[in-house]
Amino acid sequence: MARYIGKRLIYMVITLALIATFTFFLMKILPGSPIASADKLSPEQRAVVEARYGLDEPLPVQYFDYMFGLLKGDLGISINQFKGANVTDLIISRMGPSAQIGFQGMVLGTILGILLGMIAALRQNSWIDYSSTLVAIIGISIPSFVFASLLQYWFGLKLEWFPVALWKDGFMSSVLPSIALAMFPLATAARFIRTEMIEVLGSDYITLAKAKGASGSEIAFKHAIRNALIPLITVLGPMAVGILTGSLVVEQIFAIPGIGEQFVKSIMVNDFSIIMGTTIFFSVFLIIVILIVDILYGVIDPRIRLSGGKN
Amino acid sequence: MEKILQVKDLELSFNTFGGEVKAIRGVNFDLYKGETLAIVGESGSGKSVTTKSIMRLLPDHSAEFKNGEILFGGRDLTKLSDKEMQKIRGKDISMIFQDPMTSLNPTMPIGRQITEPLLKHQKIGKEEAKKVAIDLLRLVGMPKPELRMKQYPHQFSGGQRQRIVIAIALACNPQILIADEPTTALDVTIQAQILELMKDLQKKIDTSIIFITHDLGVVANVADRVAVMYGGKIVEIGTVDEIFYNPQHPYTWGLLSSMPSLDTEEAKLYAIPGTPPDLLDPPKGDAFALRSEYALQIDMEQNPPFFKVSDTHSAATWLLHPDAPQVDPPATVIERMKKFPGSRYYEGGAI
Repeated sequence: MARYIGKRLIYMVITLALIATFTFFLMKILPGSPIASADKLSPEQRAVVEARYGLDEPLPVQYFDYMFGLLKGDLGISINQFKGANVTDLIISRMGPSAQIGFQGMVLGTILGILLGMIAALRQNSWIDYSSTLVAIIGISIPSFVFASLLQYWFGLKLEWFPVALWKDGFMSSVLPSIALAMFPLATAARFIRTEMIEVLGSDYITLAKAKGASGSEIAFKHAIRNALIPLITVLGPMAVGILTGSLVVEQIFAIPGIGEQFVKSIMVNDFSIIMGTTIFFSVFLIIVILIVDILYGVIDPRIRLSGGKN
Repeated sequence: MEKILQVKDLELSFNTFGGEVKAIRGVNFDLYKGETLAIVGESGSGKSVTTKSIMRLLPDHSAEFKNGEILFGGRDLTKLSDKEMQKIRGKDISMIFQDPMTSLNPTMPIGRQITEPLLKHQKIGKEEAKKVAIDLLRLVGMPKPELRMKQYPHQFSGGQRQRIVIAIALACNPQILIADEPTTALDVTIQAQILELMKDLQKKIDTSIIFITHDLGVVANVADRVAVMYGGKIVEIGTVDEIFYNPQHPYTWGLLSSMPSLDTEEAKLYAIPGTPPDLLDPPKGDAFALRSEYALQIDMEQNPPFFKVSDTHSAATWLLHPDAPQVDPPATVIERMKKFPGSRYYEGGAI
């Protein structure tokens, strides 16, 4: 197992280096300059500013500078949005709120989705089943910003249960954004679990469990759910992506000072180093999620014990 | 002999989108203590459905008892609630399934799967259940049972998995063991081993077995009595010798003729012509009449009743009616009947 994880970590580093390289050159191809109101500066002034950020160097030099910095954990400094601030510090300071709503949304959505899917499968073709399908369709097809606005309107403005926006009341501020983010994983999980559960419930080993005298709930929780979870793990990765992209928008709507909000703003002003830093940060996050997913596979499904694992 | 299970006039239908499928159309049989009753018949004849209805393992929303009763221990199993059935399943009646590759839970160690019915039906603790499970594994011939308790199904071969399924089925010393084609999915050498094991265990724990199969070779090997099913009905029932050496129903003749044999000289194996009846709209008379070259006019119109051949042997065919014309069964069947004392072709000697 340790050997397997070690091998995976090496692959992760290679993947990250490739992502950093691609993003770096793509950013360089983009028209426009990270320097604020670049056209109003005289060529001399511009040269001074460019020299300060090392933008005057030839491209390969800039690239290797950046990559060496990356090795040391240095993501460079912000060029215009937070002039001169260290990008690593910026991301870390913004990470808290994003991580909180992302995590809460993911956990809430997945657990509710699993329950909903299970109930739907156990009561196949009942009204519960049909309403769960409806919830799943709504959750997948309606973008998170629509939910975000509706939640703000109903629970923030009308009922005044939770703050409408901003990040001032700790946990209470995180409730509505977390719910908005939870919709996508909830819908995905419900759909997967329902399909899989129905298939599992029809399998031979469930009939055998019944023939042993197991009751309905024993069959669902002791025998079926673990087998039905296996394919859900596969979509955990894409679900994490859904949370990430969802949080870009949701953070904007709820005015949460998170990474997503910072990312969107820096794209608008072409703040090269923040875009690079955030992209790399997101990539690290995703790669780690994928690694966790692969490890979870082995935990849940004994048939997929990883190579080098104990037999 | 003591009757342990009685199935009387059992009728069961499946409600489907296409209409009512009459899967079982009046099945009667008794199961005696300690015997092995084989139910044979082609796919769709209702043999699996009959045993699944005894276990009440058919889907509630589509399967419906139309008539009849299944008497076990003084109770009618068709009328019991699901809760009451759960106490019988795995304890008094248990089941072995066809495909050992899929009948064990892939994500649960086999030890837990064996102890499950023990913990459920017997008042014993986890440690004790584990000991019993290890003994059971040893009983079914699993080497190093202590080590294998923690392993998962994929770490066992097909034959070993069927041994585990048998261990699960026998965990609570059931009075009836239903084996639904337990050797069909195994290769021939393993088949013989599993059959030997089942015969051996039956002697040890004195259980009655209902053995479903379409393999007549297996029937000859394990059964005391045989019920031949066709089109949702039993068409002939008798001791294994009576069915093999003095068969009366044209369908049984067809089955026996289509059984490959080493000493047959014909190059081509006999196949019963036609297809099984559509149970959405079952035929009026004898369901086999349309495929039978021995069919009489009355077979198309009226359902044949059971005619007694001996105390243990009866068959539902109009050919046994006193007014029916005398017909000769296929040559291979006559060859068999020549060896059976009491058949009209008997030439002396013993089976």
